[in-house]
Amino acid sequence: MSSFWSFYIIAITTIFLVGIVALIHFTRRMPDPGGEGAQTTGHQFDGIEEYNNPLPKWWLNLFWATIIFAVGYLIAMPVGNWKGLLGWSSVGQLTEDQVEHERRYGEIYQRLASIPVEELKDNPQAMRVGARLFEDNCALCHGQAATGSYGFPNLTDDDWLYGGSGDTIKTTLMAGRSGQMPAWGDALGAAGVRAVTEYVMQLSGQDDVNTSLASQGQALFNASCVACHSQDGTGNQALGAPNLTDNIWLYHIPGETLRASVQHTLEQGRSGRMPAWSGVLGEERVHILAGYVYSLSQEQAQDPQ
Amino acid sequence: MSHASPVNEVNETYNYTVVRQFSIMTVVWGIIGMLVGVIIAAQLAFPELNFGPYFHFGRLRPLHTNAVIFAFGGCALFATSYYVVQRTTQARLAFEGLAKFTFWGWQAVIVAAVITLPLGMTSAKEYAELEWPIDILIAMVWLSYLAVFVGTIHRRRTSHIYVGNWFYLAFIITVAVLHVVNNISIPVSLFKAYSVYPGTMDAMVQWWYGHNAVGFFLTAGFLGMMYYYVPKQAERPVYSYRLSIVHFWALIAIYMWAGGHHLHYSALPDWAQNLGMVMSVILLVPSWGGMINGMMTLSGAWHKLRTDPILRFLVVSLSFYGMATFEGPMMAIKMVNALSHNTDWTIGHVHSGALGWVAMISIGAMYHTIPRLFGQTQMYSISLINVHFWLATIGTVLYIAAMWVNGIMQGMMWRAVNTDGSLMYSFIQGVDASWGGYVVRLIGGLVFLSGMLIMAYNVWRTVRNDQATQAEPAPQAA
Repeated sequence: MSSFWSFYIIAITTIFLVGIVALIHFTRRMPDPGGEGAQTTGHQFDGIEEYNNPLPKWWLNLFWATIIFAVGYLIAMPVGNWKGLLGWSSVGQLTEDQVEHERRYGEIYQRLASIPVEELKDNPQAMRVGARLFEDNCALCHGQAATGSYGFPNLTDDDWLYGGSGDTIKTTLMAGRSGQMPAWGDALGAAGVRAVTEYVMQLSGQDDVNTSLASQGQALFNASCVACHSQDGTGNQALGAPNLTDNIWLYHIPGETLRASVQHTLEQGRSGRMPAWSGVLGEERVHILAGYVYSLSQEQAQDPQ
Repeated sequence: MSHASPVNEVNETYNYTVVRQFSIMTVVWGIIGMLVGVIIAAQLAFPELNFGPYFHFGRLRPLHTNAVIFAFGGCALFATSYYVVQRTTQARLAFEGLAKFTFWGWQAVIVAAVITLPLGMTSAKEYAELEWPIDILIAMVWLSYLAVFVGTIHRRRTSHIYVGNWFYLAFIITVAVLHVVNNISIPVSLFKAYSVYPGTMDAMVQWWYGHNAVGFFLTAGFLGMMYYYVPKQAERPVYSYRLSIVHFWALIAIYMWAGGHHLHYSALPDWAQNLGMVMSVILLVPSWGGMINGMMTLSGAWHKLRTDPILRFLVVSLSFYGMATFEGPMMAIKMVNALSHNTDWTIGHVHSGALGWVAMISIGAMYHTIPRLFGQTQMYSISLINVHFWLATIGTVLYIAAMWVNGIMQGMMWRAVNTDGSLMYSFIQGVDASWGGYVVRLIGGLVFLSGMLIMAYNVWRTVRNDQATQAEPAPQAA
């Protein structure tokens, strides 16, 4: 702030507070009418008269007290370029709080972050911390039970877009992911989209497939889709291209048939975005969170045994 | 002119037509605005009640605030200020045509709000949501209001200007300035404009407006009302002329500084937050000056509370005013604000002012005014006023108690941490825990609304009685 504006702010504040003091001082010294009922101001408005009782003492004292508080506070705290006797600032307080937080809890996170991601599932403390981090940061999209919803992957199964190893999960969390399915409506045409849809239905083992249409679709699939989803339709985790054969669907629009949703995806394309968490949570917390997310799919995989 | 009272000496009558129109619409908009409030309270407790884009909480909420503040509160202020300024100056309203325009113009603004807000047309500035063409109409109505009010004071037959009129005038002038400055924007189409202020400055201008909308629209205006109806209904002189001078000037001067407290712990520079806080703390004292002057006016007339439910409305409204103006400065202290900000406590605070102060004093004033406008000495039923009083009081208490409990609980839950420094509760757990309070709030709102329906019936019976008295001579001005 320029010194002019700083001066302006301090001057106008000072003049204002002095003005309030003068207002109280002046009105307080108006001559006393001699107690309630003794006399009124002599004016009458639609039958309403006015006494001129003195200002209540306690009220006046409260006024002085708040003004003294205000002046004291503004000397202690910043106004304009004046830093205040205490040198307080909101950024300074935040930094102090962060340092204090690190001093108090840093050791826990350091210790847990030194354990490999995939081993954290056996550490009860790490699982408690991870579960809380998940609820506060991830549950909004992936759900409190981590089972996902339309457009948000289920994290409790063992089907992974980008891979389910501890380190891959951590990479996903740290840097985020951007999953792009291009729109094929123009390239394939309406008939082409219908044919490829039918082939994708067949790939995942649906039972009401029009096989002749599907075989037309297979030719188109081999020309346009295999680069990402691979020859057998099992996808490619390096690209985040989903496996189309496992009958697990990220974009099955609620209330619509699977066929309609697949067709929509082919026509319009999809854009999935997982945000990056390194800047929000820092590496240590992301590490523990990755261990928690890894544990979710492990429990599920072990359940049938 | 059967309804008008002759003014002293001259063959001039009071203009009661416009007062009557605004008075009736106060009751009508009160019911509509509070009904929308009950609906959105139900939507918060039972989210499945959100239907489609037009009946969704996000669009009905600004409709509720606009309807209760500007439609209900606004009509009450127009009605009482036009009534009070005529009676306390002993002069007929100036500029007949402009006065008429303020009524029809203001109703047009409200109808435009009722249409555009559910359609999703909004400037996204709280309490200033209406888009620019409506803003221009508001400015025209408001300047006409100013002309009528100042014109009437200019024609006064009294040597001095009554304190109630100082407050009304301060409210009218300041709201004009606030409205124009906050809504300066560049239109890009017929229903869309963008604010000229960038980023944090826009937020500061908005809350300079927002807090002074509270300070002038919802406080100074209603203090004007208080200064007429309390001494009039109690038949006692105002307690202290000098107290009214000092609290008037201090109140209008200090309110101007307080808006920064809406932006504590934000990108607003620390010094602006600090100024907003200390001025808010000082503001407690002039606010209480108004309460004291009203309460002490009743000394010597306390026994009237036993028999006069109108006086009860006025006294209880002053109590809620005192409570809300203590709570506000306290919440403006940064340490308290760190707990209360973004919680239901804020909603509770607002409604202790809105239901307890603004609505109660307006209702009391209407019960005093309406029979006099329609050639009667009192309302059709005094006992129904009494029923309304208890419904209004119980409704308000249920509402604000539920929001206090919710707000403090939310604030505590959001800051609770585990031994590992992580948050103890996720946000959704706080929402879940608030459900009981949301239901109690809904019940409180329903109770308050039912009182308004009783008022509508009582007003209808009072006005209908007017048919019989139309031929009788008009009452004399006091």
